[in-house]
Amino acid sequence: MDLRAKCAIAGLGQTRMGKNFDHPGPAGFAAEAVNLALDDAGLERSDLDGLLVNPGITWFNNPMASYSLQQAMGLRNLRLTATMNLGGATAAAMIMHASQSIAAGMADCVACVFADAPLRPPSPGKSKGEGSAAAYGFAQGLNAHYGLFGVNAQYAFVAKRHMYRYGTTSDHLGAIAVAERAWANSNPDAQFFDTPMSLADYHASRWVVEPFHLYDCCLVSNGGLAVIVTSAERAKNLKRPPVYILGMAQGHPGGDPMETLVSGAPIAKDTAFKMAGVTLNDVDFCEIYDCYTFTVLVTLEDYGFCKKGEGGPFVASGAIGPGGSIPVNTGGGQLSSFYMWGMTPVSEAIVQIRGDGGRRQVPKHEVGLVSGNGGILATHSTLVLGSHP
Amino acid sequence: MSSISKPIPAITPDLREFFDGAQAGRLMVQKCAGCGMLRFPAYELCSKCNSTKSSWVPVSGRGEVFSFNIMHQVYHPGFATEVPYAVVVVELEEGCKFVSNLIGVKPHEIKCGMPVEVTFEKLSDEVSIPKFRLRS
Repeated sequence: MDLRAKCAIAGLGQTRMGKNFDHPGPAGFAAEAVNLALDDAGLERSDLDGLLVNPGITWFNNPMASYSLQQAMGLRNLRLTATMNLGGATAAAMIMHASQSIAAGMADCVACVFADAPLRPPSPGKSKGEGSAAAYGFAQGLNAHYGLFGVNAQYAFVAKRHMYRYGTTSDHLGAIAVAERAWANSNPDAQFFDTPMSLADYHASRWVVEPFHLYDCCLVSNGGLAVIVTSAERAKNLKRPPVYILGMAQGHPGGDPMETLVSGAPIAKDTAFKMAGVTLNDVDFCEIYDCYTFTVLVTLEDYGFCKKGEGGPFVASGAIGPGGSIPVNTGGGQLSSFYMWGMTPVSEAIVQIRGDGGRRQVPKHEVGLVSGNGGILATHSTLVLGSHP
Repeated sequence: MSSISKPIPAITPDLREFFDGAQAGRLMVQKCAGCGMLRFPAYELCSKCNSTKSSWVPVSGRGEVFSFNIMHQVYHPGFATEVPYAVVVVELEEGCKFVSNLIGVKPHEIKCGMPVEVTFEKLSDEVSIPKFRLRS
């Protein structure tokens, strides 16, 4: 079954991001995002016959989150639903599942949504609210005694090993943070829109866990983000220009990421590019999953923008920032705009392909490459999105 | 000394032999009964041959620093006076990796490839745990 351009993204819904306490929990953000996406597409709730949900870290305890959201939103007679979790690779994976189902005639109009609310406002008796450390700083058993807490620390091991093996430096990681900040400074919706950053500023920022400074780490946010996937035929008659799904694939390498130092991009790339009928040269811009600067560096290597191990010099050359040879994370990414797992790169690709980027709009935006990544380089998804079928 | 101690790991049934070994000054890891591969942390299944049978065996405790990080945030009050501190991944001579701390070396002097050996720190009458120090 040839899935190239069979389906398209017809709607994008994004709530306010960051220290946003508009809703008491993730379900409210999810519902708001789905309704915004329907409005964007010019559709009604009754048009939906599919709902796919990637629950964030604050509703992990709900194994049937998609059913809960269906009931909460009053959605009736769905033909497709699932609660999916491949970590940060889920957003693109939901779009794949929706596309396959639509192409097979099993659904027609599917909402894919991510929402989370890990940040907590200040409460009586507490001087400040809870931040990302409370949500992502878990540890147990021996690790807790050794002081190995949280996801940052695990990624730091892998980044340190890449530095040892390939000579990657702190300046290289900083170049990614600085490039994404420069993009964010042209995106009024980015949390760091008003705050420029130099490489010296990056080095002056506090350490979180070496080799990661504060600005190597994503902006854990409250919010919700949804897209509406439908057939390319139907999308043509809706409110906004269709964003065609040209190619898609996953890759999950397994093994020890400290040993392999690769993402799943090498596994997914050939399948997705072949489906889309493109090569790397056809890609106008990239939205690369960036839970950390390091994740961008590895993924760019793995797609073949440079040789393995040469990601550091590649990003330090200025290639990925505004005016560079391959624009990467053009809205400021998860590092300088907001962290909504895999929905951050997906959403910015939609903005760019539609030509809605304003000051940050890239001049060529016919083909966008999107990556998702979950766990410690454990799961990966690739989408090739396009402005034309 | 900080008033709140670091978390002391619980001796769960699946780790009984690991902690018994540590009390006796031996670093124990799991050995797959199917293919002989060594592994740690403990798990119910061998990722190489999928056998569910295993035993605990002592290893040399010698290895190299494979990777490390330096923690600056306090996630537990027991570390409030320790930051910044390093957590190391040691690759043992026998092949498997072990997360631990390296004592006697300042965090910023740690390097990948440093030769290390196990030593044991007594946390309570029941619990000792493996840590590492430089090996000459």
